[in-house]
Amino acid sequence: MCLAIPALVVKRLEGDEALIDAGGVRKRISLALVPEAAEGDYVIVHVGYALSRLDPAEAERTLALFAQAAADAGEQGA
Amino acid sequence: MSQTKGIYGRRLDFRQGRIEMAHGAGGRAMAQLIDELFVAAFDNEWLRLLNDQARFAVRAGRMVMATDSHVVSPLFFPGGDIGSLSVHGTVNDVAMSGARPLYLAASFILEEGFPLADLKRIVESMAAAARTAEVAVVTGDTKVVERGKGDGVFITTTGVGVVPEGVEISAERAQPGDAVILSGTIGDHGVAIMSFRENLSFETSIRSDTASLHGLVAAMVQKVPGIHCLRDPTRGGLATTLNEFARQSRVGIRIAERAIPVQPEVSAACEFLGLDPLYVANEGKLVAICTAQDAPALLEAMRAHPLGRDAAVIGVVTEDPHQFVQMQTSLGGSRMVDWLTGEQLPRIC
Amino acid sequence: MKYVDEFRDGSLARLIADRIRREAPADRRYNLMEFCGGHTHAISRYGVADLLPASVDMIHGPGCPVCVLPIGRIDNAIALAKEQGVILCTYADTMRVPASNGVSLSRAKAQGADIRMVYSAADALRIAQETAAREVVFFAIGFETTTPPTAVVIREADRLGLGNFSVFCNHVVTPAAMSAILEPPPQVRDGGSVWIDGFVGPAHVSCVIGSRPYEYFARTYQRPIVIAGFEPLDVMQAVLMLVRQLNEGRHEVENEYARAVTREGNLTAQQLVAEVFELRSSFEWRGLGEVPDSALAIRQRFARFDAERRYGIVYRPVPDNRVCECGAILRGARKPVECKVFGTVCTPENPLGSCMVSSEGACAAYYTYGRFRLKAAAPAAV
Repeated sequence: MCLAIPALVVKRLEGDEALIDAGGVRKRISLALVPEAAEGDYVIVHVGYALSRLDPAEAERTLALFAQAAADAGEQGA
Repeated sequence: MSQTKGIYGRRLDFRQGRIEMAHGAGGRAMAQLIDELFVAAFDNEWLRLLNDQARFAVRAGRMVMATDSHVVSPLFFPGGDIGSLSVHGTVNDVAMSGARPLYLAASFILEEGFPLADLKRIVESMAAAARTAEVAVVTGDTKVVERGKGDGVFITTTGVGVVPEGVEISAERAQPGDAVILSGTIGDHGVAIMSFRENLSFETSIRSDTASLHGLVAAMVQKVPGIHCLRDPTRGGLATTLNEFARQSRVGIRIAERAIPVQPEVSAACEFLGLDPLYVANEGKLVAICTAQDAPALLEAMRAHPLGRDAAVIGVVTEDPHQFVQMQTSLGGSRMVDWLTGEQLPRIC
Repeated sequence: MKYVDEFRDGSLARLIADRIRREAPADRRYNLMEFCGGHTHAISRYGVADLLPASVDMIHGPGCPVCVLPIGRIDNAIALAKEQGVILCTYADTMRVPASNGVSLSRAKAQGADIRMVYSAADALRIAQETAAREVVFFAIGFETTTPPTAVVIREADRLGLGNFSVFCNHVVTPAAMSAILEPPPQVRDGGSVWIDGFVGPAHVSCVIGSRPYEYFARTYQRPIVIAGFEPLDVMQAVLMLVRQLNEGRHEVENEYARAVTREGNLTAQQLVAEVFELRSSFEWRGLGEVPDSALAIRQRFARFDAERRYGIVYRPVPDNRVCECGAILRGARKPVECKVFGTVCTPENPLGSCMVSSEGACAAYYTYGRFRLKAAAPAAV
């Protein structure tokens, strides 16, 4: 129920703050909940706070899963 | 240059000066403000006469009149300000009838304490917008309210224009089978404004799309004089304009999400805030409805114009007693594009 | 947008839909509850239902914190602004919820109460720092996704020694809500219940709590749970995974949102929440009644940041409008169209109940995005 979007950590700022970029829009948010996030990581952002890091390998795996489901459907004739 | 230079003594201090109650009182201070700011900036034969009214010959044909009040906050935003908005907004309302906009009236309600530097910037912006739109600001009014009773400045503009023969553009003329064409990307203005609001501040290169569309409309009407409907989607966004057409023409409208141009950054900003670009304000776009046969020619005319480069056919008018606007989503499913409820507010959920 | 657009690909969606159609035969019924209001919104907004076969029925769950917030708590918030003269900071979602006497936060603001919308709890803290002479209260709502940010600001307020800041805490907890669905409390059972075959688990709540807490439910109630991301392809893939589990007689927790959710979740966030909050023994949920161990209160250590203690807030339950079926709808026992006042007296412009006010409430989502389906079945009255 929680609007959250994946964003790139562009620059770590003072304290827990960071500048993130999502689709070209930049905003300052807090990394207080994901202090280990580094520049170049993607994080999930909700109400101005990062909640978790996004794992690019898992993202690829999930997309591959979709394609697999799609391929199975394709095999049997759409 | 002011004709009466010297009679006011010291010139207005546009760097440090502020609006005072006297500027609205009808006396010398007000005359000086009108002279050194408004007449100087708008500079035309009507204003120079300094009458309380402007006189011009009525052309043959049908006249069109439109009015708009501008209360936008913040006053200055990327791509424009309340001044340019007030000119473009009314020019566009007049132009949406297919009319050539001719004259504007401009009323200002100023708050005591408002910086003259900001007012000058706004008025000069209006003058520049009027020149681009080839309209003259021929008459106006100024009032001042006490500090705390106004948001800096409110501007109301009224415009008149004349419609060529054979052009019958009106919101109740859409017919099932007609094409729905959008002139360009949606959501730019609303996102540009929001990026400046406190508590929502985010960095973006998005600028307001505020622009006068009379030139685009003239090119469109010349190519396809039989256009059925035209409107510029401002507050409430594209969704509101489509619902208005559907209701007034008593038809349904079906659009395709994939066909609607949205800048990626606008899309991203809307994702951040939980807003739907379909409901976000625009100030330099229009929606046209014409017959399916006329659509290719109209689209070509639009794309040939700088303000219509991204024009696209986004949907079709249908037979629908419920007057629903429906959209095929990018996923392939269907959803309604309903009237806006209340204000569009950002959400966390 | 990266990691968003790829998960909305229409051609992939169609092929997954074909797969689902093949594996969910027409002679069997799959009642799947998407627990989370964000999923309800995504499903409606993309028209996912059009891509699912008739054998799959998506039932909207109570995972909408605005929908389950009792009217009495909103009355408390309004009173703080009107009677105590505090600056009440709130997420925009709560503004239009109708409370007692036809007043909402929005209306109270129009009547002069100092109510300010904020995007983040951090904004409320900043307002408190900037207006030291005024009392500032943050109206905190939300499930486990939104709770850690509140914990961060309370800790920060403590570190700064702020004397004018407090939080009106209405944070609720997901597992308790799942229990209430799977084993409805006695007082609501009469309102009807529905058999749920499987759950689409919340995306971002799970980022925080991990996938582990759902294992208890899968095991005890023998239903499959698939945690799904927010994008439409995530939801469809999760539906496919649930259909497969049901076909194969499995009842496990699977994680479709592995790119953001781990089994353990966000330990930093969990520890912070545990430090600042404790479970209330019971809390009223709109539509579900009193649910044990379902909501959080601020710990004694941070008592001075607890608006309930600071202002002596007394909660008075307010019954729902008699004709309102929000309770049954929140539990998935009724569909919005089965409510007598849906779309007639109760609309997003004039909401009688919470399901219609929040854009991810089942009724609002259906009315705003999907009511053409209803009208298509019946001819126009006028």
